Amino acid sequence: MKKLLLLVSLLVSNSLFAIDGESFDDPALHARYRKLTHELRCLQCQNETIGDSNATLAKDLRRELRAMLLAGKSDAEIQQFMTDRYGDFVLYRPPVATRTLTLWLAPGIVLVGAGIAVFFIIRRRGSQSFDDLPDDKNPDGSTGAAP
Amino acid sequence: MKLRFLLPLLIFGALFATFGFMLHRTENGGYDPKIIQSPLLGKPAPAFRLISVEDPTKFVDTRDYLGQIYVLNVWGTWCVGCRQEHPALLEIARQQLVPIVGLDTRQDSSDSNELANAQQWLSRLGNPYVATAFDADGRAAIDWGVYGAPETFLIDAKGYVAYKHVGPLSVEAWQQKFVPRIEQLRAGSVAGSKP
Repeated sequence: MKKLLLLVSLLVSNSLFAIDGESFDDPALHARYRKLTHELRCLQCQNETIGDSNATLAKDLRRELRAMLLAGKSDAEIQQFMTDRYGDFVLYRPPVATRTLTLWLAPGIVLVGAGIAVFFIIRRRGSQSFDDLPDDKNPDGSTGAAP
Repeated sequence: MKLRFLLPLLIFGALFATFGFMLHRTENGGYDPKIIQSPLLGKPAPAFRLISVEDPTKFVDTRDYLGQIYVLNVWGTWCVGCRQEHPALLEIARQQLVPIVGLDTRQDSSDSNELANAQQWLSRLGNPYVATAFDADGRAAIDWGVYGAPETFLIDAKGYVAYKHVGPLSVEAWQQKFVPRIEQLRAGSVAGSKP
């Protein structure tokens, strides 16, 4: 029981001791704040969101974000504010545009390509007779019963 | 049949070549993944009106520099790279090609000594700036999209951002990246002003 409690407290503490202790009176605003801080990149420490980073830029941007939310700015307006200053790179979810088309289409192309390859491999294997494969009666797989 | 065994080797070779090439470019300074192109390039420079570090009773206003090419250098006394580039800035200021305006930013909201530190820095190490604005709340730095001081911007006579350099500026980088652009801007504005 004690061990279980310890385990649970460890799991929970992760979110309690988050870098950012910011809170809002309005839970809806707080939810938007949490969502936005985890969709914006901190450019000072490029692989962290501004919600996860302790860098000074991230702190400043969180403060800015909080002020904009309290001023009633929409998510789109906030994202525009960020991209105007730091470019698309600041968004963890880049917009779909001609210049980002490769980025968005590449996974699909790879998936379709892999699918086609798998299809042909399976079809080729399927045409092979099971008699060709080694089994108990025929350990070396050569019965001469191949078509 | 042979291709089947050759293919993994080809894929490995292609990856090896790609990674090797990018590492090589990173080593030689041609490519730095930390440098992100500023969306401000070709756009009007963000305006600010802030108190002056040299004389906090006065203001530094970007509108005062409209009509001339100038350089904005973002720095802070807490920033190691700024200390490193300071002699280069003094040398560049000595050339008197364009005025250098400073934007002194504090490290974070708990940093309350930056103004005093900056004044000391300028009197001790020399002042390359025609004026230095004090960005007390970090808002101006955010408006300029600053993510790693020192950063140096080139602003044209119309008040548009023409170029941005991230990281410590050297005299060589100045000669290679800034001087040709300044000359180009000057030639362009002369040509443009012809009736």
